[in-house]
Amino acid sequence: MEEKRSKSKKFRNDIVLAATVLLLAAAAMLFWYFGRNDGDCVSVLLDGAEIARYPLAEDTVVAIASGEGTGENTLVIEDGKASVSDANCPDGICVQHRAISQVGETIVCLPHKLVIKIIQSADKQGLDMAA
Amino acid sequence: MRRNVKRITFLGLAATVALILSYVELLLPPIVTAVPGIKVGLPNIVIIFILYRFGVRDAAVVSFIRIILAALLFGNPMTLAYSIAGALLSLVLMALCKRGELFSAVGVSIVGGVAHNLGQILVAMCLLGTAEIGYYMIALAMSGTVSGVFIGLAGAAALRAMKNVRI
Repeated sequence: MEEKRSKSKKFRNDIVLAATVLLLAAAAMLFWYFGRNDGDCVSVLLDGAEIARYPLAEDTVVAIASGEGTGENTLVIEDGKASVSDANCPDGICVQHRAISQVGETIVCLPHKLVIKIIQSADKQGLDMAA
Repeated sequence: MRRNVKRITFLGLAATVALILSYVELLLPPIVTAVPGIKVGLPNIVIIFILYRFGVRDAAVVSFIRIILAALLFGNPMTLAYSIAGALLSLVLMALCKRGELFSAVGVSIVGGVAHNLGQILVAMCLLGTAEIGYYMIALAMSGTVSGVFIGLAGAAALRAMKNVRI
């Protein structure tokens, strides 16, 4: 009897745990969704340091070299969205990632220590305020 | 002595099963294509089983053998740091939850799944020097919870099935 009660208590705690994590994640997602903004610039970070910026407005294809020339990721900017079309990293997770365009969104290539993120460049913000 | 030999043999077998499950997981198509890197965590079925049946020390041994072999066979040195961080955080938190007697194996497995993802994201933040990727944790917390439920149920089923088998 004692064991049965502790079992059902554990079962209840399991559900509370799962619900709490899912609700927190859902809340964070909503928060993120409504706080998002269209970015206008792609920032490329290698090993934590920014190496280049590209405007989202211009369609371009850039090869990004990393790791003393051994690594390569192809960044594509098209229709105001950034994506990675090709990479020689072992997992290819960056290539699978969907195109990004919202401020704060990132595409990460862990093996190459590469982060591609969307930002809002400072001058554009000034323009928006003036308008 | 006899018991010890049996135990070592069983743990070796468990490490093999965990390794094969890592490989099976590699063959599965990505579940959510929008957020790459989401995994079910099949090897954790074995880890849960060992954690409940033998304790945290043996679970740690099996987990690390699995990770080292998986990295050597079908991973690369870069992913090793992530795997170890994820497995370590996951194992520590699972062991604490089990000891706390708050949850069943399913709850422990949920904690393990989410902690595994959290450990990897934390290492990624350190190695890449960007905190922004933290928002991946939203999707990873959800997937960790959902897969944790299924992994926990599978682990509990394995424990039940092996209840009367002496190891």
